[in-house]
Parts: sequence; C-alpha cells; structure tokens
Amino acid sequence: MIQVTGLVKKFGKTTALDALNMAVPKGSIYGLIGPNGAGKTTAMSILSTLLLPDGGTALVDGHDVVAEPMAVRGVIGYMPDFFGVYDGLKTYEYLDFFAAAYYIPEKTRKPLLGELLELVNLSDKYDSYVDLLSRGMKQRLALARCLIHDPKVLILDEPASGLDPRARAELKEIIKHLKQLDKTVLISSHILPELGEVCDQVGIMENGRLIASGPVEEITATGKGASLLRIEVLERINELADFVKSRNRVSNVEQDESGLRLIFRGDPRERGELLREIVEGGWAVTEFSETKRNLEEAFMAVTGEADVNEH
Amino acid sequence: MSINPVLLKELRQRFRNIKSPLLIALYLLVIGALVLGFIYLLWRHMPGYYRPDSSRGIFILLSMAQLGLIGFVTPGLTSGAISGERERQTLNVLLTTKLSTGGIVVSKMLSSISFIVLLVVATLPLYNIVFLYGGIAPSQVLGVFGFYMVTIYLFAALGVACSTYFKRTGVSTVTTYGLVFALGVGTVLLSGFIIEVTRGPFPTPPPLIALLLMDINPVMVMLQVLGESSVGMERDIWLPYWSIYLIFYLTVGTLLLFWSGRKLNPSRARGTKFRV
Ligand SMILES: Nc1ncnc2c1ncn2[C@@H]1O[C@H](COP(=O)(O)OP(=O)(O)OP(=O)(O)O)[C@@H](O)[C@H]1O
Ligand SMILES: [Mg+2]
Repeated sequence: MIQVTGLVKKFGKTTALDALNMAVPKGSIYGLIGPNGAGKTTAMSILSTLLLPDGGTALVDGHDVVAEPMAVRGVIGYMPDFFGVYDGLKTYEYLDFFAAAYYIPEKTRKPLLGELLELVNLSDKYDSYVDLLSRGMKQRLALARCLIHDPKVLILDEPASGLDPRARAELKEIIKHLKQLDKTVLISSHILPELGEVCDQVGIMENGRLIASGPVEEITATGKGASLLRIEVLERINELADFVKSRNRVSNVEQDESGLRLIFRGDPRERGELLREIVEGGWAVTEFSETKRNLEEAFMAVTGEADVNEH
Repeated sequence: MSINPVLLKELRQRFRNIKSPLLIALYLLVIGALVLGFIYLLWRHMPGYYRPDSSRGIFILLSMAQLGLIGFVTPGLTSGAISGERERQTLNVLLTTKLSTGGIVVSKMLSSISFIVLLVVATLPLYNIVFLYGGIAPSQVLGVFGFYMVTIYLFAALGVACSTYFKRTGVSTVTTYGLVFALGVGTVLLSGFIIEVTRGPFPTPPPLIALLLMDINPVMVMLQVLGESSVGMERDIWLPYWSIYLIFYLTVGTLLLFWSGRKLNPSRARGTKFRV
C-alpha cells in the first residue's frame, strides 16, 4: 500500500532521509519508531505530499507522491505531529469544512459527521467551539477529520503525544477499530510499548534509514543477536556493574536494588563465558536470565547495535 | 458551482469574531469624526450658509480619508492570510486536502476583500451629507468607489502574496505596509526625483517613467478622479488618465495571486527552506 524506495531528503547539510526503504502492506498497522531526528516526520510529510523528496520514489496506493499529488491526497488522511484548530468554528462546522474540502456532497455530510463523531467519542461536543476542546478531544477530532473522505491510508504522526493514559487507551481502541475498517495505518510514536500492542509491523528508523523492520514478535524476540539479560547477585552490585561494563558485548547497563539489566550481544557460548567470569569473580549469582523484552527494549537493542556497526 | 469551502469558513470566522463589528464601528467613527469636525468648522465661520463648494470640500476630505484608511486597513487584514494558518499550524492539513492552492489563495483574498468592501460601503450614509448640500454628481461617487475597488484589489493581493512568501505574519505585515507606502508615497518622491535629475536648461517634458510613476500613485489618481486634475501634469494623453492605473493594479494584483498559488503548492516548492 505504501512503497518507499531509496527516498532521500536533505535540509542543507543535514540528511533527514538517507535512502529510506520501507513497505507497508495493505490493511496493516505499521509503527514507525525512531529517536528524535530520525526522520519520521520528514518521511510522513513526503508521503503526505507536503514535502518534495530530493531523490527516490514513494508510492501510495500505486500513486507517486511527486507525480500525482492530488491522487495521493484523495487516498490519505494525514494527522501531523503538531497541529492547530480554527478559532470560532464549531465541531460540526470544522468537520463540515473538511468534508467540503474533499468535495463530499452536502447531502451525505450530515450523517457522515454524526458517524465520525460517534467513532471518536465526541458526539456530545457536536456544538462546541473547536478551539475550546481539550487537547485529547482535539486529537480525536483530528482523527475524525482524517477519516472524513474514507481514505485507504492513514498517516498519523505521533498521535499519542501529549495524551494522558486514558486518552491513549481510547486512541488505541480507535486505531484497532480502524483495522477492522480495513485501513492501512502508518503511525509514528515515541511511546514504544504502546505501538507493540496496536501494530502488526514495526520499522525502526535511525539517521534517515530503516535499520530493522518486521512483525512485532520478530523484532521483540531476538533483536538480531542482541538479548536483554537480567543478573541478580546477593551483594557488591555496584562492583558488578563496573565489572560487566568493562566486558565486551555488554551495553546499556542499568542498575536497581537487586541486580542489573543489560543488553548483551553474543552467542550462547559467549553468554556462558560471561556468567563464568562473574562467578569466578566471587559474586553469588542468584539469577542470570534472558528477560522477555517489550518493544522499547528491543528498540534500544537494535538502535544500539546500529551504533556498534558504525564504529 | 458552489462556494469554495475556505471562503465560507473564512466568512463564518470573520463575522463571528467580536473584533469585526468593533473594527467597523471604529472605522465609521474615524471617518465620521473627521467629516463632522470639518462641517463644524465650516459652520462656525458661516452659520446657515448654503455653499456647493464646501460640500465639494467635504467630499474630497471624505474620499481622501477613506483612501488613507483603506491603505491602513487592507494590509492589516490580508497580510496574515496564509502565514496566519502556518503559524496556527493549520496550513499543512489544509494542503493535504483536495483543495487547490490557487483556490485557497483566491478564497482568502475574497473573504478579506469582502470585509473591506463592507467597511467602505458602511460609510455610504456619510456621503448623504455631501448629496444633502448638492454640488456632487452621483457618478463621481461611483467613480470614487470604483477607484477604491481597484486599489483594494492590489493592496489585498500584496498582503496575500507577502503572507505566502514570508513565514511569519509580523514580517509579512511590515513588508505589506512598506509596499503600500511605496505605492502611496514612494512613487511620487521617486517621480519628483527623476524629474529634478533630468531637468535640462530648457523646459522639456518630464520623462515617461516619471509620468508612469505618477499614474500608479493612488493619491494622484484619486485627485484626478475627484476632478482636481490641476495637480496632475499636462501631457499628450492617448488613453484616459485612469487606464494606466487600472491596467497596472489589476495586472499586478492578478499576477501576485497566481504567483502565491504556485508558491503555496508544495508539489512545486522544490528547494523550500521551511516546512509548512
Ligand atoms: N524544515 C527543516 N529544515 C531543516 N532541517 C530539518 C527540517 N525538518 C527536519 N529537519 C531535520 O531533519 C532531521 C529529521 O527530522 P524529523 O523531524 O523528520 O525527525 P523525527 O524522526 O520526526 O523526530 P522527532 O521524533 O523528534 O519528531 C532532523 O535532523 C531535523 O533537524
Ligand atoms: Mg517527528
């Protein structure tokens, strides 16, 4: 549904997108994860025809974003990371405005607006001024706005940012509902564990490139040779932390009261070696295990790995 | 053919905004105070007199004051048209809809113009004072209003173009006022300067460029419309005096609108330095 090949975008000296390749299958919910400045917003702006790429191609539903921007606009619903609403317009007028902007006939608009407001749980705000809605309500209204022309693809740039946990849960529900409506959703987020639950696929971006992608289970499982270890010892935790930090293949060491958590890159033999070293160092090891990771940790592991490869 | 949604939205916002009636009231107050003050001065000197030429004075004062206010109000109302949306972060969403950028620009322009026209029309009752005394033909009033429309068109297009080009409304507003000032005052100064510089020992007709600069100056043309043409310079005219003004203002205004529509279109904005 979305096919990005060798996409390049430069802003002066910064290369925001460095030959990005990405494919989002039809009907899937694709999560784009990456640290600040990875190029997520840039990629989404290009897909939304708001920015011209410097190279490469991007197809949405078979339409090239550069050659056929109008066709692409008809297919996508775009929600930017930051957006405003108009002063002095009521909720239904706001939606009606965008319905008109997509040339939806006046007759069909009224039931449509009702449905959409129902979907995003804003029916009771029908007659309120949009600039007076709360942040979470505006976010949901924006989602309704994205859906107004029944687009096949939704491009949501950090839709969960600035929302409280309840609003996030509601947002997740709406996104799951979109899947039932057979929409393809491209969604970026900083709140990584959140994406794990809603997404079928994730892509991890860094420095304008996709460094890992695939189904959520795959990404969170092995993380390409990296694993998350939990080590617990009876005493001398501080010393142990210093010790493991001095070892090869260990990174992202985190310490708490009972032990350490770290990312380890290596095969099982090397892992056994590490355990032996620790035991020989005189620590009483009570736990040495691989913990199941959530998406956030997978993300740390994979982006950390990218650093290792570069050096 | 239905009304452009942007135009409808703009009008809705504009007329719902409490500032709009306040602006109309203020506008009328300024013009009304000026005219009534002038009449009061006349009457203090010669109470109870009927003088056609004093009503002419009122007419000129009223029309000039109106021109000044148009030059003041139009940049203010138009120079935030696009940059305002950009600043409120509503522009990029608008640009992902199926609306054409040309349509957006023209709708923004129309909504601003219609409000300015409303301001001008609201002053019509004041012109009754002029008719009350006689001495002014309705056709002259019509001419003045036609002149206003042409002037508003270019001023508004300047504002919209600046707000498309500049990211910030502040910069756009200052630039628009600067350009309007250049048209209203700069042209005369430049024209005078050119005439002085090219003046030879013998009386020669002023260079064409100096005349053209005068011809696009709203104050000069206004004086001619009002019949105070003695201000204008004698020359062999092959076109009516207002034609250069009309052609220049309509052409430049339309070109500016076209340019704005293109500039706003992200699919053409190769090399744009800012994100919308
Ligand atoms: N309009 C611009 N002008 C100059 N540089 C830009 C512009 N937009 C983005 N960049 C640069 O491009 C890079 C990618 O930015 P982008 O906004 O796409 O990142 P992001 O992944 O969305 O980050 P975040 O998670 O913080 O939203 C950054 O280095 C940024 O500084
Ligand atoms: Mg971003």
